[in-house]
Amino acid sequence: MALITVRDLSLGYENRIIIEKLNFTVNAGDYLCIMGENGSGKSTLIKTLLNLKSPLAGEILIGEGLMKNEIGYLPQQTVVQRDFPASVKEIVVSGCQSQCGLRPFYNKKEREIAQKNMERMGILKLQNRCYRELSGGQQQRVLLARALCATRKILLLDEPVSGLDPKVTAEMYSLIAGLNDEGITVIMISHDLSAALQYADHILHIGASVFFGTRKEYIKSEAGKSFLLQQKAGGNI
Amino acid sequence: MIEKLIMYLQYPFVRYALIVGVLIALCSSLLGVTLVLKRFSFIGDGLSHVAFGAMALAAVLNITNDMLLILPVTIAGAVILLRTGQNAKIKGDAAVAMVSVASLAFGYLIMNVFSTSSNLSGDVCSTLFGSTSILTLTKKEVLICMILSVLVVVFFVLFYNKIFAVTFDENFSKATGVRTEAYNLMIAVVIAVIIVLAMNLVGSLLISALVIFPALSAMRLFKNFKSVTICSAILSVVCALVGIAVSIVAGTPVGSTIVGIDTLAFGMCWLLGTIRGGIVK
Ligand SMILES: Nc1ncnc2c1ncn2[C@@H]1O[C@H](COP(=O)(O)OP(=O)(O)OP(=O)(O)O)[C@@H](O)[C@H]1O
Ligand SMILES: [Mg+2]
Repeated sequence: MALITVRDLSLGYENRIIIEKLNFTVNAGDYLCIMGENGSGKSTLIKTLLNLKSPLAGEILIGEGLMKNEIGYLPQQTVVQRDFPASVKEIVVSGCQSQCGLRPFYNKKEREIAQKNMERMGILKLQNRCYRELSGGQQQRVLLARALCATRKILLLDEPVSGLDPKVTAEMYSLIAGLNDEGITVIMISHDLSAALQYADHILHIGASVFFGTRKEYIKSEAGKSFLLQQKAGGNI
Repeated sequence: MIEKLIMYLQYPFVRYALIVGVLIALCSSLLGVTLVLKRFSFIGDGLSHVAFGAMALAAVLNITNDMLLILPVTIAGAVILLRTGQNAKIKGDAAVAMVSVASLAFGYLIMNVFSTSSNLSGDVCSTLFGSTSILTLTKKEVLICMILSVLVVVFFVLFYNKIFAVTFDENFSKATGVRTEAYNLMIAVVIAVIIVLAMNLVGSLLISALVIFPALSAMRLFKNFKSVTICSAILSVVCALVGIAVSIVAGTPVGSTIVGIDTLAFGMCWLLGTIRGGIVK
């Protein structure tokens, strides 16, 4: 059985339906890229997959004994209160919380994982700074480091590169590809078609036209073609 | 003045008052940061009014150990308020306001109708603003207070990292398999316990100040969770000690004196934070 099987899923808020009858599967080791315009329901889909929101209809089957504490998640927005006193280090290590179970304190290994991920994201120097006083891109890196701390089998990323500079963006993509090579399943929302075509092996396009399939199928499909055209046109302006 | 204090310290009831004051101040400051950041500060306020209603009921029913009634009722109140707070249909604030005002009115009403005491307004005033009752604590009350405070502190230390995770980003915690609902429930229960405890010290109208002021003060000075927590605990204890001492010497009401000192401390921290922020930037 696949890691995640989505059957006839309908998403929405209250009674307003956003997506209807969505079907797709994610196997262990896949790299799935979710594409679609603003407001097409990508973030809502991820939240539903994570059980933060209940679907209007349909079902999500989780296979291969995937446990919640093996999931890493990067939210698109984290609403943090204006005055929240939290240092970068405190936030990153909190990604290991799900591993703790009832154990009250982080052990040495978990603190090392936090250090390693801060180093990966290049925020080691910021570790004692207050999160709220960082720039948008720096905050994004902190949340990515936290997501990496939580990741055991699968990583869900909601627009991971938004706000990052080109250098870190490239590093980010190769880091994610590296994790995927190590066997971690990746589900990523992105508006960056070229990255999707370069790294992802499956693509889910939601919106007016829905598409799910491999990268090669996507390029040939209607949804893909029109989207490719749009992006080209956008690039030319 | 110091002589006067030392003289007072000879009396066991003054020592009891100091012990209880310090413990309550410590407990109430610990969850203050979480309350402020989770926008739960209203819940603290609402709960204290629920506790007041329960206290009035206990007084009228002539229950000797009123903790037995007040504690469960307040805990139930905390759980209900937390649940409605998560319900999108009834706004959290409105629900809290509703429950809190209703229990206040209910408490005063039954006290008025059924009370056997000759000094009703005195009774009401002391439950609302705290009384000299902290100076008339019995050994048993001190013991209960100590046990509950130790439980609260132990809970806080053991769950410190979880409280941080759930407070900072509930969605992320939930998505990665942290049992946020269970922890939220625990936080609510502990808040209820703290409020019942603190009612002895400052009365039900001033509890919020005791819970929130130290946290807000510490947040002016520090920028990470650990320092803020430690700082607010120290501030709270110091203010309580000073407040009790002043109230003994000057004969002012304990609760309002402590809250007054807390306010003063907040002013100082705010000033310090502003000056330091100005220099650093
Ligand atoms: N909390 C909410 N309550 C009601 N409607 C919502 C809520 N959040 C999102 N929506 C609506 O659901 C739709 C999908 O939102 P969603 O955030 O999933 O879009 P998205 O595909 O992630 O967009 P973007 O590319 O901008 O991130 C939008 O039309 C939005 O208005
Ligand atoms: Mg989105």
